Amino acid sequence: MNTPALTLAEPTPGFRINALTGAATGSSRALSGPLSAEITAALHASGNGEVAVRSVDVNIPLLEKNDILAERNRGYFLGRGLAALNLVSSPGAGKTTLLERTLDEFGRATKCAVLVGDLETDNDGRRLSRPHAPVAQITTGTVCHLDAGMIARAAQSLDLDGVKILFIENVGNLVCPASFDLGEQARVVLLSTTEGEDKPLKYPPIFKSADLVLLTKVDVADVLGFKRDVAVENIRRIAPQARIIQLSSRTGEGLAEWYDYLRALAAQT
Amino acid sequence: MHEVGIMESALAAIRQQAETHGATRVARIVLRIGTLSGVDVEALRFAYDALTPGTFAADAELEIESVPARAHCAQCDTDFGATGGFILTCPRCRAFSSDIRTGRELDIARLEFPALP
Repeated sequence: MNTPALTLAEPTPGFRINALTGAATGSSRALSGPLSAEITAALHASGNGEVAVRSVDVNIPLLEKNDILAERNRGYFLGRGLAALNLVSSPGAGKTTLLERTLDEFGRATKCAVLVGDLETDNDGRRLSRPHAPVAQITTGTVCHLDAGMIARAAQSLDLDGVKILFIENVGNLVCPASFDLGEQARVVLLSTTEGEDKPLKYPPIFKSADLVLLTKVDVADVLGFKRDVAVENIRRIAPQARIIQLSSRTGEGLAEWYDYLRALAAQT
Repeated sequence: MHEVGIMESALAAIRQQAETHGATRVARIVLRIGTLSGVDVEALRFAYDALTPGTFAADAELEIESVPARAHCAQCDTDFGATGGFILTCPRCRAFSSDIRTGRELDIARLEFPALP
C-alpha cells in the first residue's frame, strides 16, 4: 500500500507562495518537533478466547497535523519576538484596505509583514507591497482557508528580521477558517457595515473564536441604515470575550485604537 | 465544505496509527465531535463516504459520538449545559459566557484494527 509519511513540506495541489517584497535570503529554517500520540492498546477477546479485534484508544485531534504545525508556528513566532494576527472575514469586508493604511501609518514606526491568502491572483499581495514591509501572497487554488502548513512554508519565504507584527490575511470566508489554528497570537474577525447587523448570529463559530472584532466601514453606517449598537450587542452575545473596535479605513475613525491594540500586542512579545 | 479537508487529515492520522499497530486495514473508527466544534457531522459522513472507497478504511464502520456543550459562568461561578447553540447564556444570571468547558471536541477517540493473523 502506498502510505506517504506526514511531513511538513507537502503542498496542497494548486497551492503557491509568491514572495513579493522582502523575500528571505539564505537557508530556510526548519521547524521541528515531536510527532507522537499517547496510545494505549487493548486486546478484545472473542467468545472462544481468540483475539478478534484490537481496539486502540488514540485520543488524537482530527486536525492533529494542523494543530501540531500551528503550535510549531506559535513557537517559531514567539522565538522571533513577533506577534501574528489572523485576520478573517467575508470577502469584501475591508481586510486589505485596512492593512494598506495600517502599513502606511503604523507600519512606518513598527516593522510589519504580511501573508495574504486568496484562491487566485496576487492582486492583494501587489496592493500591499511596500518597500518597508515584507509581503507574500499565498494562492490556495481551490482551498477555502489557510492552514498552518501553508503559513509555515510562506513564513520561511519572508525575511522576518526586525518584524514585530505579522498580519495573516486569511481567505475571505466566514466558515472554514474557524477550524484552522495557524499559530496566531490573536484572531481578528472583521464585520463590515455593508453585511448586516446579524452576521455574528448567522456565522457564530468564527465570532466565538475571536479575540478582537473590528466593525469596519463605519463611515457609511448611517447611509446604509446599519445599526451599530445592534451589531455590537450581537457580537457581545456570541463573543463576550472579544474586544470590539469600530473603525473606518477611509476616514481614519477608530484607527488610533487599532494601532494602540497592535502596539500593546507587539510590546508583549 | 472544510469537512473534506478535515476528514482527509483524519484519515492520514488514522493510516499512521494503523502503520504503528502493524495493521493494513481499519475496522472501526470512533470520532468524538463537540456540538460547538464548527464541524457538521453529516458533511463529515459525506466526506468519509467519498474519500474511503478503495482505501485501507474501505470497510470500516464510522461511529460519531456527539459531545454536548457545557459552559462556565464567571459571574455566578456556575457550570451549565449550553443548549442554545453558540450563544452561551447562564440560566441563573443571564450573563453571556465565552468559557466553553466541553463541546469543542474534534478528536479521533478509538480505532479498531482486525486481529493479527
